Amino acid sequence: MSEYIEHDQVGKSVGLVEKKTFTFAQPPDEMILESGARLGPVTLAYETCGALNADQDNAILILHAFSGDAHVAGYHHADDPRPGWWDFMVGPDKGIDTDRYFVICVNILGSCNGSTGPASMNPATGKEYGLEFPMVTIADMVAAQKVLIDHLGVNKLHAVIGGSVGGMQALEWAVRYPEMVESAVLLATTTRHSAQAIAFNEVARQAICADPKWNQGDYYGTDRPDMGLAVARMIGHITYLSDESMRLKFGRRLQDRADFSFNFDAEFQVESYLRYQGRKFVERFDANAFLYITKASDYYDFERQHGNGSAVKAFSGTAARFLVVSFTSDWLYPTYQSRAMVKAMKKTGLDVSFCEVEARWGHDAFLLPSERLTALMKGFLGHVNGNG
Amino acid sequence: MAEPNGIRYDLRVVASWIHPGARVLGLGCGEGDLLYYLKTKKEVACTGIEIDEARVAHCIERGLTVLQGDINEEVQDYPNDTFDYVILSQTLQQIYEPADLIKSMLRIGKRAVVSFPNFSHWKIRTQLLLKGIAPVSRQLPYQWHNTPNIRVITIKDFRRYAGEVGFKILKEVAINTNNHDRSGRIINLFPNLRASYGIFLIGKESA
Repeated sequence: MSEYIEHDQVGKSVGLVEKKTFTFAQPPDEMILESGARLGPVTLAYETCGALNADQDNAILILHAFSGDAHVAGYHHADDPRPGWWDFMVGPDKGIDTDRYFVICVNILGSCNGSTGPASMNPATGKEYGLEFPMVTIADMVAAQKVLIDHLGVNKLHAVIGGSVGGMQALEWAVRYPEMVESAVLLATTTRHSAQAIAFNEVARQAICADPKWNQGDYYGTDRPDMGLAVARMIGHITYLSDESMRLKFGRRLQDRADFSFNFDAEFQVESYLRYQGRKFVERFDANAFLYITKASDYYDFERQHGNGSAVKAFSGTAARFLVVSFTSDWLYPTYQSRAMVKAMKKTGLDVSFCEVEARWGHDAFLLPSERLTALMKGFLGHVNGNG
Repeated sequence: MAEPNGIRYDLRVVASWIHPGARVLGLGCGEGDLLYYLKTKKEVACTGIEIDEARVAHCIERGLTVLQGDINEEVQDYPNDTFDYVILSQTLQQIYEPADLIKSMLRIGKRAVVSFPNFSHWKIRTQLLLKGIAPVSRQLPYQWHNTPNIRVITIKDFRRYAGEVGFKILKEVAINTNNHDRSGRIINLFPNLRASYGIFLIGKESA
């Protein structure tokens, strides 16, 4: 997901926000993961905007997509050049109104933006985990978030909201803690990856593993596998865009030249763009974290894990009111996957709304300013349980 | 959000048949005027189905539960008797397989409400008889080549259709009103000739 792609800023910002951390599962009371492995201590980085009201019924948990972080909106300091990744959606009077809601966003377990992941120190060895880091799943990410939410004194979530891999976490929240989750907003997401989605992830992982600097994940303190990670990101970027958006954005235009130079430089604008995105990404992301998180998203199977293969059975364990939104040009998690989810919810008798938003920007559409998406969000959140 | 003081006359007639607290599915619910009225005035648990994205979004912005999709397909997913009423308001004339849809409506709902513009209204009859042209009225404002209304239905035809398809007419009201009018009146005398719309409450044959 292109969380930090440049776009015009919209509306008023929530202002200054602070990145906080919370550490739990100190040995010997480690967190027991879905795989049975133990992990501890666990640190989660998180940010909050707005305030919890006296009735404690206005908390909203935002689940970020695979390469996102806790910095959902606002600025870290006065001359911060850019706001959080969903600033157009989260803020005063925005789709998720911080004058009204207490918004929490947590960096996922296994990531590299403040939460414990493969680049964190392994207390057993005094070195970074690398591949010693246990495999974490979407369920583990959610279980860790639950510990933080409890710690914050929040026992009811007005909504859990997530796009893409964040949507998987929102689903997992809805099924694991049905008594806590009043509503769930699932954007451009799926209950399980298609073979095509796994295939792209696998090519991206292989790009990292084929970089000699990856060194079986043991590269901390030496040269990092930047080339492999950059190529992995380039592959990802292709899947987040669409044929139409690429045609509009780049076409066959050349970068800084009038004609072909007959070599392997980045001549086409699209080549130059992908290389730039790859270079930028390696500055903020860890190659091992990329491997772990993409694998966790490939493993996720809502039907299998909660319904013995049946989506209807899996959804019967949820009680939230749902809003499902897909985007016409998203070919990574196409509309048919959202429709299948909605169909199962209907069979279960759940309260579900569904809208397929016309958008040309592919899977990334949920990260780009959209009046339609903002209005849907505002309307849905404002009327959960008949309020508003 | 500014709400109209009242909803269309034909929708008011439909709403008067729905008991408070009922579970209602509105097929082709448009901008959700009827569902919003039922939800706010009668505490009805409403779901709508609508194919147009902008209309779906408008409904969700109003706080309604609405699914974007084709009504013929969307009705398939619900278990039997999920709803107390399934409403098909002024859309029957656009349905390709009306018998299939009505059967589905009475499978997923205990009762159904069906309304449609009456094609045997005297103004329509006279256009064909005197002018010899395909009728165009305020209720059916399209030309033959651009109309979405692929079926011509009269109040009399619908009564006969009940026997053919196998459903029971529980209530029927013929009204005279224009498509966007808030006002109208019930026609008791010669409704097939004088009413611009027919509204029917139907149920399963065995019930």
